[in-house]
Amino acid sequence: MKVLVPVKRVVDANVKVRVKGDGSGVELANVKMAMNPFDEIAVEEAIRLKDAGKVEEIIVVSIGPAQAQETLRTALAMGADRAILVKTDETAEPLGVAKVLKGVVDAEKPGLVILGKQAIDDDANQTGQMLAALLGWAQGTFASKVEINGDKAKVTREVDGGLQTIDLKMPAIVTVDLRLNQPRYASLPNIMKAKKKPLDEKSAADFGADLKPRLKVVKTEEPGGRKAGVKVKDVAELVSSLKSAGVI
Amino acid sequence: MQFGLSEEQRLIVDTTRAFVENELYPHEAEVERTGVLRPELIAEIKAKAIAAGLYAANMPADVGGAGLDTVTWLLYEKELGRASYALHWNCVARPSNILLAGTPEQRERYLFPCIRGEKSDCLAMTEPNAGSDLRSMQASAVQDGDDWVLNGTKHFISHADMADFVITFMASGEEDTPRGKRKKITAFFVDKGTPGFSVRDGYQNVSHRGYTNSVLEFDDCRLPKQQVLGEVHKGFEVANAWLGATRLQVAATCLGRAERAFGHAVSYAAERKQFGQQIGKFQGVSFKLADMATEMKAANLLVFEAGWKYDQGTVTDEDMAMAKLKATEMLAFVADEAIQIYGGMGLMNDLPLERIWRDARVERIWEGTSEIQRHIISRALLRAVGG
Repeated sequence: MKVLVPVKRVVDANVKVRVKGDGSGVELANVKMAMNPFDEIAVEEAIRLKDAGKVEEIIVVSIGPAQAQETLRTALAMGADRAILVKTDETAEPLGVAKVLKGVVDAEKPGLVILGKQAIDDDANQTGQMLAALLGWAQGTFASKVEINGDKAKVTREVDGGLQTIDLKMPAIVTVDLRLNQPRYASLPNIMKAKKKPLDEKSAADFGADLKPRLKVVKTEEPGGRKAGVKVKDVAELVSSLKSAGVI
Repeated sequence: MQFGLSEEQRLIVDTTRAFVENELYPHEAEVERTGVLRPELIAEIKAKAIAAGLYAANMPADVGGAGLDTVTWLLYEKELGRASYALHWNCVARPSNILLAGTPEQRERYLFPCIRGEKSDCLAMTEPNAGSDLRSMQASAVQDGDDWVLNGTKHFISHADMADFVITFMASGEEDTPRGKRKKITAFFVDKGTPGFSVRDGYQNVSHRGYTNSVLEFDDCRLPKQQVLGEVHKGFEVANAWLGATRLQVAATCLGRAERAFGHAVSYAAERKQFGQQIGKFQGVSFKLADMATEMKAANLLVFEAGWKYDQGTVTDEDMAMAKLKATEMLAFVADEAIQIYGGMGLMNDLPLERIWRDARVERIWEGTSEIQRHIISRALLRAVGG
């Protein structure tokens, strides 16, 4: 079975994000970028499935600018087998991405697509679900455990109030949550070898899709700072303050 | 000239940085507090370092290392250098390049186990009466039939307590040169447990808690001739051929630590408010930051240029001396100024700054003092004009 892992290049989680002066988005110039942490977990899960003999080939795909190649190399260095870069200078939006991914799935025919439940830049949490709808495939979102048995995938989902375990009929889409695994480091010898692994460059049109923006960004602004608190004398004052603030 | 990093180099920096931040930083406080590196902790981190291919990554690919060129190796050293020395040195060991000079049998016995993390090495040169003037060493090796008999004392021998064997340099004779008599030096492998060889605790020192140095005693220590590393009487030649880049290694680790100290200082300058504004808005602080950043950049350029020339085969002793001199003195300056920007808080052990400041001190001394580096640089300048 082939597994497809879409990975996104995002601002590194440790970077303090700054809004551009004109409010059109966040500053990306000279900012450290990295693989979306949820996608790293997805790559790790695919490698573990391969190590367990459930998967023969891991294909990673990224939709983004030329530099997204670096994100793909990271995935190759971790253990993916080959990579596809769908190059675009447009902002990748969930629906456009899902349509391109549908094209990739049609071309590559993977038995499983594993991806992060969301990217830490726009936190949309839509791509996996949209892709499942476009393909008409089963989906297991927010996975904290994945087991593949023949043509069934048993996925444990992190839902409000606990864990839910579902059986999916393959082929399927799995979106991964934080606690699924601890991704490995891209090891130094594998980084050196990753250069020799195939990386194809494509366009959205090659997959019969387009990435033209469907959303309009009205405004981007920094969250307001926290306001100073007030000290209360006793519980009675606390309760009455909460009441007057309309919280309780 | 090309100053950018390749894709692989960026990935190597990212992986090494992530490892250092996730696996080494969390244990720094313990090592600082206790001054000891627990064997279980070493074993735990070492296993992770081996899995990440970071362990012994300085070695060529054909013997099991990562096969990095010198610039990339220095980038890796720079990232490791951000963390506590005791942690990165003992848990992510870089076996000495001199092990590559061994015979096939010596490689089997010493090099490969070091690369696999089963053994660790150490080098012994310094003696109480032979520091910068190494060739004046008194510890001796005398040939006796097919054997060599070693006698004498070595001190300041880093990591000797943990090492499974030592590569020691001994005076093995004298020769006449146009500038008078000169000692001939031979290098030997000596296993722990060899009769007549003992290791005892060295000194507590101001820099690098958790790092240990030892005193080695050789008392009629008898070795078969197979223990000679390189050729007899050619100990310094083998050292020069294989240990040249260790000065760049020290320099690169200083770059990483300076960057870490600077990161704290610049964030604090932007956050801390006094007299109604960010302290970074006061010229007294902002000019410090500008000077620190400029010094760091200068040191980085010197180190990586020397590394690049090393790969081209055009590096000179003075290139490496300049890189080591600048990087170590820069670290001392940046660590000191970072503390000054923090004020009192900079001296408290909540931050790594007081440690970086203490640790910086040894860097200007070991692997050749700043004065020896200046001597190497100026000697080359004068020789060029017949001086």
